[in-house]
Amino acid sequence: MPNLYELANPERFERWARPAIPWLSGATIALLLAGLYYALFNSPADYQQGESVRIMYVHVPAAWMALFCYSTIAISSAVGFIWKHPLADVAAKEAAPIGAAFTFLALFTGSIWGKPMWGAWWAWDARLTSVLILFFLYLGYMAIWRTFDDKARAARLAAILAMVGFVNIPVIKFSVDWWNSLHQPASVFRDGGPSIHASMLPPLFLMAGAYMFFFAAALLQSMRNELMARRIARLEGGEKKTAATLVEQ
Amino acid sequence: MNALKAIIARDLRLAFRAGGGAPQAVAFFAIIAVLFALAVGPDLSLISKIAAPLIWTGALLATQISLDQIYRADREDGSLDVIIGTSDELILTAAAKAIAHWLSTGLPLIIATPVLAVLLNLEREAIVPLLLSLAIGTPALSLIGSFAAALAVALPRASLLISIIVGPLYIPVLIFGAGAAAAGASGDPQYGANLSLLGAATLFAAAFAPIASAAALRSNQD
Amino acid sequence: MIARRWSARFCAKGLAVSRGGARIVSDISLDIGPGDAVILTGPNGSGKTTLLRALAGLLRPDAGETSLVAGDDEHGEDGRGGVIYCGPQNAAKAALTVDENLRFWAALYGAPGARIKQARTAFRLDPYADRLAGALSTGLFRRLGLSRLIIAEKPVWLVDEPTASLDAGSIEIFLGHIADHRARGGAAVIATHDALEIDGARRLRLSQSASS
Repeated sequence: MPNLYELANPERFERWARPAIPWLSGATIALLLAGLYYALFNSPADYQQGESVRIMYVHVPAAWMALFCYSTIAISSAVGFIWKHPLADVAAKEAAPIGAAFTFLALFTGSIWGKPMWGAWWAWDARLTSVLILFFLYLGYMAIWRTFDDKARAARLAAILAMVGFVNIPVIKFSVDWWNSLHQPASVFRDGGPSIHASMLPPLFLMAGAYMFFFAAALLQSMRNELMARRIARLEGGEKKTAATLVEQ
Repeated sequence: MNALKAIIARDLRLAFRAGGGAPQAVAFFAIIAVLFALAVGPDLSLISKIAAPLIWTGALLATQISLDQIYRADREDGSLDVIIGTSDELILTAAAKAIAHWLSTGLPLIIATPVLAVLLNLEREAIVPLLLSLAIGTPALSLIGSFAAALAVALPRASLLISIIVGPLYIPVLIFGAGAAAAGASGDPQYGANLSLLGAATLFAAAFAPIASAAALRSNQD
Repeated sequence: MIARRWSARFCAKGLAVSRGGARIVSDISLDIGPGDAVILTGPNGSGKTTLLRALAGLLRPDAGETSLVAGDDEHGEDGRGGVIYCGPQNAAKAALTVDENLRFWAALYGAPGARIKQARTAFRLDPYADRLAGALSTGLFRRLGLSRLIIAEKPVWLVDEPTASLDAGSIEIFLGHIADHRARGGAAVIATHDALEIDGARRLRLSQSASS
């Protein structure tokens, strides 16, 4: 069993990540098929929400992933910032678009789900509003990476922002809940969500598992692409200029 | 200590001298209010109902547009090197810069608020809660904003990036601030709780923003 | 006023510095003793500014270290804070007067108030004390920028392109202060494209090494 640091060495990373990706992709597809089968055919319709409750099997795990991916970014950022591990920076960077996609999926499906409940696509529900703000946190994080050409600097600044954002998530969540309780006491998404029947759990967890494996496969593949792009950039850049040194005259 | 005082005094002098940003932020604040009232139409009761949240949003936006200058001007003319090079504790220096920003932006906005309140037909009993919430909450806007400014100090045109970064971080301050202003005006018992939460948000920003700013400034040295 | 004296020895060993992910300078070793002056030359983009900023501690080097023994009472064993970097920008605010700028620097460097007048006189800025710095000519503004060398009173001066916008008389003034600084046991590194005449100065050139 190699230790974690060795696994994180870029060459070693390539050696174990490449064969891992097909397995992770296979697990994603298997879990997704099973989850969709349960979600669409083998679970009861809700007595209140009817068939539209099935959107929840896409929506709820996506919302979980939105938070999970941001946590991944924040933890990778802390590792990259403190121990200056380049692979951690790459992981944080590449997790962001995937997390943002899950966040968008949660918002989109939440809005569809809410339409029959609220009669509006968007009703400033506390949970959905928090997810929307999380989406903005993702946008800010990705904007830092896009703005700075210097990758080392971008990594440090993005890491600081990710950690600041992570510390603020509970504060933001609390403030939005507070705001919602003042303005809009009744909500479909009560604490603990709509009452969950035991028969809803298998599809929920199968979908969540599928998302997790998808995240792992997509993250590893994006990291490989990024590492390859950096290697190419380094090779091209290395020929242009050599460092100067002092010569006595 | 002398150095921190000197930084605050210099930033204030620059902000209020010709070409400084302080009067412009206040003017921008007033223009937001006027534009909004014109967009809503001359329905006095509607305007007076939205006056307090509007003033809070205006204060937030007026703060936001002035953030870019906190560090960038110092970096462009080389004085940021002197400030960082002579700083014993960069966290305190970052706090001093945030304090200077609040004194030159937040405080003038609060002073201008009663005039805007009259313009927007805000009820008399709503004015004090609004001022109190602004006084407690706007320091957090300067603190969080100075962090975003430190992140973006090396960029020539950073105001858009700064706005994207501070937007989500400003949300708790806006919620508790506007909430306190509304609760205070209507005699809601949640007034005190709102103000306490707002104060907690400001203290939280005071504890973390200077640390994050100092880390960002160090990462931006080149 | 009693001028301070030092016995400054400033060393760098194996310094390597990167910017934007690219190594700009490497293998930099320097040993500058009391009274030494180094004229640092090199074509544009060779890394003079990068090197000076790293020597001043404003940039973190990838490798290597610097050390300073100031040889006075004020700076400790590690010589921390004994170096001043005077960059191509003047670090002065156009909207402040000459004296306001000087006072701000004095507060940052912890200099006594008397040194403000000393610095102003040293660079012949007395007639402009209450003039806005933005109203000064380029050369006078540069003199104001350089006057923080006097305010800071550090044993090691790192000066970047000091004379680019100075006329012959101003260059004379600046060189006089360099000579005075060396006579007091200080050391100086001056990066320049101009042919400055400094007695006994070592001339070092930054050039791209054959091996990388």
